[in-house]
Amino acid sequence: MPTWNMIQAINDALRVEMRRDPNVVVLGEDVGKFGGVFRATEGLQKEFGDERVFDTPLSEGGIMGTAIGMAVYGLRPVPEIQFSDFIYPAFDQIVNEAAKFRYRSGGQFTVPMVIRTPCGGGIRGGHYHSQSPEAYFIHTAGLKVVMPSNPHDAKGLLLSSIRDDDPVVFFEPKRIYRAAKGEVPEGDYTVPLGKAAILREGRDATIITWGAMVHEALAAATTLEGDGVGVELIDLRTLWPVDIDSIVDSAKKTGRVVVVHEAPRTCGFGAEIVTLIQERAFLHLEAPIKRVTGYDTPFPYTLENDYLPRAPRIVDGVRGVLNY
Amino acid sequence: MAAKKTKPVVAPTPNSGVFSVMKADGSVDARRDPKLSTAAARHLYETMVRTRVLDERMTMLQRQGRIGFHIGSMGEEATIVGSAAGLDAGDFIFPCYREIGAALYRGFSLETYMHNMFGTAGDTVKGRQMPDHYSAREIGFGSVSSPVGTQIPQAVGYAWAARHKGEKSVALVYFGEGATSEGDFHVGLNFAGVMKAPVIFLCRNNHWAISVPVARQTRSENIAVKAEAYGIRGVQVDGNDALAVVAATREAAERGRHGEGATLIECLTYRVGAHSTSDDPRVYRADEEVVPWRAQDGIDRMRRYLERRGIWKPSDEETVRTKADDAVKAAIKTAEATAEPDLETIFEGVFAEQPWHLREEWDEAARARDLK
Repeated sequence: MPTWNMIQAINDALRVEMRRDPNVVVLGEDVGKFGGVFRATEGLQKEFGDERVFDTPLSEGGIMGTAIGMAVYGLRPVPEIQFSDFIYPAFDQIVNEAAKFRYRSGGQFTVPMVIRTPCGGGIRGGHYHSQSPEAYFIHTAGLKVVMPSNPHDAKGLLLSSIRDDDPVVFFEPKRIYRAAKGEVPEGDYTVPLGKAAILREGRDATIITWGAMVHEALAAATTLEGDGVGVELIDLRTLWPVDIDSIVDSAKKTGRVVVVHEAPRTCGFGAEIVTLIQERAFLHLEAPIKRVTGYDTPFPYTLENDYLPRAPRIVDGVRGVLNY
Repeated sequence: MAAKKTKPVVAPTPNSGVFSVMKADGSVDARRDPKLSTAAARHLYETMVRTRVLDERMTMLQRQGRIGFHIGSMGEEATIVGSAAGLDAGDFIFPCYREIGAALYRGFSLETYMHNMFGTAGDTVKGRQMPDHYSAREIGFGSVSSPVGTQIPQAVGYAWAARHKGEKSVALVYFGEGATSEGDFHVGLNFAGVMKAPVIFLCRNNHWAISVPVARQTRSENIAVKAEAYGIRGVQVDGNDALAVVAATREAAERGRHGEGATLIECLTYRVGAHSTSDDPRVYRADEEVVPWRAQDGIDRMRRYLERRGIWKPSDEETVRTKADDAVKAAIKTAEATAEPDLETIFEGVFAEQPWHLREEWDEAARARDLK
């Protein structure tokens, strides 16, 4: 099994699926000859031609609108939005159109489409290259939302997403595009949507997180282990529909939960997870559920490491719920 | 309905004024005549009449409180039905929300439509949308949504995909002149130009976007000229001249089929009625402005054409109106007697498979029905 980074795994997933399904097309800004600003589509145009992998004019709304039309026709487009910070011009097409076609047409039309978009900070990108806008899309009826944390899941989840009959917003944490490496099976395999991964088992506290913050949480769990604290670490992988059983089971088991995400705190997905747990495991809780998140400010440039929920903040958060 | 297609000698041309075929008296310029067969010409006219009759009935029903809403096309029938008549059956239509005439031309069932108007269990979109927001895949007709202009880039993607798969079809997308101020209009035309998509942008310039006149939408000389900036063809057509709309649409479709790209057709017509049943144009529009447009009514002109051609007599008029009225009444009767959709239709169809949270919310809604 080769050891690949996230970019290689994503690139391979696209290649595997484009070989398997002639209806898959890739479109976006710089995705063609250049292979994407992060190189995720490198070599695809050479293999599949410029009718299946092509550059569009520079318009996120146009990428999304045309991709929806392609999906309504019966293709499986995989549009790329170069940075999720730039997804907002396409917001209407995503939330009012792609997400609603199945429902509003009584199933006559569907939009099987995967919107790939790099997200998150820690790359010195400032406010416009660092955002984590997943909550907007989770809030929208009709969308699935995915965010992998490692190459194996990135490939398997992307293959599942492309084969899914509903629109999927597929967030790729750009900070770990090359930093996260791991063994990735060659050829075809899938990681199912809607299933979290329990990366560490523990009895003392649960950390629930996703994307790049999984790596901060792993570092925090290692530190805590040195203090004799057993952390159960859940990587959600699919944010929506969320794996409710894994969350609730772990909350009942440890009674102490910390939710970690990069996005701003208020109305972030962590708020929803806290609510789901208190609705289902209230009597099992030994402490209020703690959120360790980005702050309710625009994403800062110079002080981004103060903004991000790095491992020391997560350790502190876990100690807080342990000592309540 | 497919008539033998003879290419007219004179076709609509960019920057050459408003293309027309028929005079007000129904006489035609033979060099521009799309030469519809008797059956096609009659079907076109009859659909325009049926559309008008339907409009009148729906407005009445809304006034009586029997349906919640209607958005009509009074005065625009020649544009709407004429453009549908210029397409082949395999071409796809992306509607705005005022094109029931195009759907009727393609054989959309009045009964299906009426279930949508009443939001019944028989509604193919399961009562999930407002009246006049139907979908009709079986006739190659998309899904009506309310946001303005969103369908424009979608039609480009669809048309591109069909060509990518080797089809010879085109996609036609409807929108009003108000939509040309939306980003999606400019994005759609630009993408169509770059992608050489076989798409027809059919702008119903009915002069009013609710209360805002076309002069408040653009400083451009007209709408068609905007096509030039995107490297596609743009033509202006008399939108109350059904034959001119057929000819222009057909020509644009043929160009699309032969790899010559997209066309923007600006049909100059007029919204004789209100924007919708929720609107009262007397507040913002002088009736004197409407009077000359009523005199140029596209239905009257098309009838004079049929009469001159000797394929329409007064008894035909009587028959088509009576039949249309009877059919509408029968459809209303059926829809009104149909129950509302089951509760579960709220929670189904959000995704292909129902996730856990929607199952839970459905249970909650079912319990809520028993609350006092």
